[in-house]
Amino acid sequence: MLTIKDLHAGVEDKEILKGINLEVKPGEVHAIMGPNGSGKSTLASVIAGKEDFEITKGSINFEGEDLEEVSPEERAHKGIFLSFQYPVEIPGVSVTNFMKTAINESRKARGMDDMPANEMLKLIREKSELLDIDRKFLSRSLNEGFSGGEKKRNEIFQMAMLEPKLAILDETDSGLDIDALRIVANGVNKLKSKDNAVIVITHYQRLLEYIIPDFVHVIHDGKIVKSGTKELALELEDKGYDWLKKETVA
Amino acid sequence: MDLKEKLVSSFMAFENYVDVEHPIHDIRTEAIKNFEAKGFPSKKEEAWKYTSLNSILKTDFSIFPKEENALEYHQVKKYFLHEIDTYKIVFIDGIYSSYLSETTHDGVDICLMSSALTKPMYKQVIDVYFNKAASREESLTTLNTAFSREGAYIYIPKNKAPKKPVEIIHFATGNEASLMLQPRNLIIVEENAELQVIERHQSLTHNPVLTNCVTEIFAAQSAIVDYYKVQNDSEDATLIDNTYIAQKDKSSVNVHTFSFGGKLTRNNLNFYQHGEHIESTLKGVTILGEKQHVDHHTLVHHTQPNCESHQDYKGIFGERSTGVFNGKIIVDKIAQKTNAFQQNNNVLISDQATINTKPQLEIFADDVKCSHGCTIGQLDEDALFYLQSRGIPRKEATALLMYAFANNVLESVRLPELKKRINKLIANKLGVRLGFDL
Repeated sequence: MLTIKDLHAGVEDKEILKGINLEVKPGEVHAIMGPNGSGKSTLASVIAGKEDFEITKGSINFEGEDLEEVSPEERAHKGIFLSFQYPVEIPGVSVTNFMKTAINESRKARGMDDMPANEMLKLIREKSELLDIDRKFLSRSLNEGFSGGEKKRNEIFQMAMLEPKLAILDETDSGLDIDALRIVANGVNKLKSKDNAVIVITHYQRLLEYIIPDFVHVIHDGKIVKSGTKELALELEDKGYDWLKKETVA
Repeated sequence: MDLKEKLVSSFMAFENYVDVEHPIHDIRTEAIKNFEAKGFPSKKEEAWKYTSLNSILKTDFSIFPKEENALEYHQVKKYFLHEIDTYKIVFIDGIYSSYLSETTHDGVDICLMSSALTKPMYKQVIDVYFNKAASREESLTTLNTAFSREGAYIYIPKNKAPKKPVEIIHFATGNEASLMLQPRNLIIVEENAELQVIERHQSLTHNPVLTNCVTEIFAAQSAIVDYYKVQNDSEDATLIDNTYIAQKDKSSVNVHTFSFGGKLTRNNLNFYQHGEHIESTLKGVTILGEKQHVDHHTLVHHTQPNCESHQDYKGIFGERSTGVFNGKIIVDKIAQKTNAFQQNNNVLISDQATINTKPQLEIFADDVKCSHGCTIGQLDEDALFYLQSRGIPRKEATALLMYAFANNVLESVRLPELKKRINKLIANKLGVRLGFDL
């Protein structure tokens, strides 16, 4: 589904990703862990198509297509979703109107008509229940005045609405208390299927107790320095990142 | 002959059309003298520093349209708020169109300035109000006063409210190669009465039109007036809009100005508070492209204690368009407990667009709350990426952010059909289709 080969990317003269290789297949959950500043969030943004980052070498391939010339919205239409670490506040546009616009734009890109209003309402109801979201919440301006937890839950609600093939969760666990974490993780698990894949980017092992990864990768200084199974996350939690840093140097 | 000379010498010809014995004519005569002495404003004047009329004044405008021009309703239907029933005062090339209008004398007077200025039954009101709020110094206002003859006249007696909003629309047909129009409106809303007005100037061709309009609004105690200016004229039209509002105790006057069209638009919006517990609201959404220019000059004069004013102007400037916002607030020494707020936010979506924004506060009282803020920025790239990553194309995402930006100005529009219409105008102006109304 997603094949990243020798990916180098950065801003201006500063290289942040220094040769990432990653293969994600349908039905898999990958966790990417690493210390602050290692390039985790940059990788997420680059996959989603943020133009601030320039790809200097290597490639990202999604379902057989090179993504280099593909705009962020087209990537979304193809089924890539990024749950933001810091979702942006958009005053004046309600969550519902935002979702209507997003869904209908994706449909338009696929040559479909707008989703009928009653179908849209049904979908919104179903998905908001899945994430235990209050209906009143949906008429509020997008992310405006939302607590950290509400923002993250709203991200996963959007993911549920858009039903992506590949979801990248960028530090979705940060700012969440344990109850909110359970709701979010539960939502992600319910959306999982053999046809879609999830990349969980996190600093801590905590979220991985709820979303069980098939693979864990550790990123350091723009490279994946170690890959393994879920046990690797536990080991990291135990020994800390310094252990790996030392190991890499050695 | 330049336009000033042409206008001054036309005044004698104009006197053939009006009753020179009427006391109003003394006001006109005094006004033309003032204009003759001052002439058109130039960029040397502080108030016109960023707006030049020079190139426009080179056009040889016709001052009196030659004949009455007719329009069929279906030709101009889209310019009316036709989704709802309204009173209509319609002018074609400056001449009243009874065919397109719907006036009334049923408990309220919604009719013509030409009647009000000539018929004895209106004389008392005219004596009290005509030219009492408008400036006798400002040259363009005095130019309008000198040639004042036609426009809208609205009188709402105590405790009355018309059954429906009033639309004042001026059409220019282009039958003249170039045309100058000087409508004069007088609106009086008596104690505890209410009124909603939508004003529009619409040129139907690319022939140049210069409109120099003066509107006087008097809001008596506890009166409520909502005034909407829809400025979406053709790209060869110039509008100088001079609005003077005098308010008494507990009255509330709200003016919304939507500026999307025209070549050059200058809005001089002046509020004078003569009483306590008055509320004045001035809101504007400006969206420009090409080489369009819009200049908002506002004045709120707080002369008594315990009053409020709220100003909120949003501007979006693309291509080589230019905008000006100059917001003047005067708080007299006696006007304690004044709350005066002013906000002007601008987004430049092109490197070649320009905005000049200037708050001008003159506060002589010491127990007041006055705040002002102006911002000039570009669209937030992170916000755009966020919307794009949800599948919303960049163009639509841009429009959505613009919508969000203009939203709180539209929130206070109390006519839902008008709000919808403005929504559509914004979407059209931004060149997008939006799947919802705000």
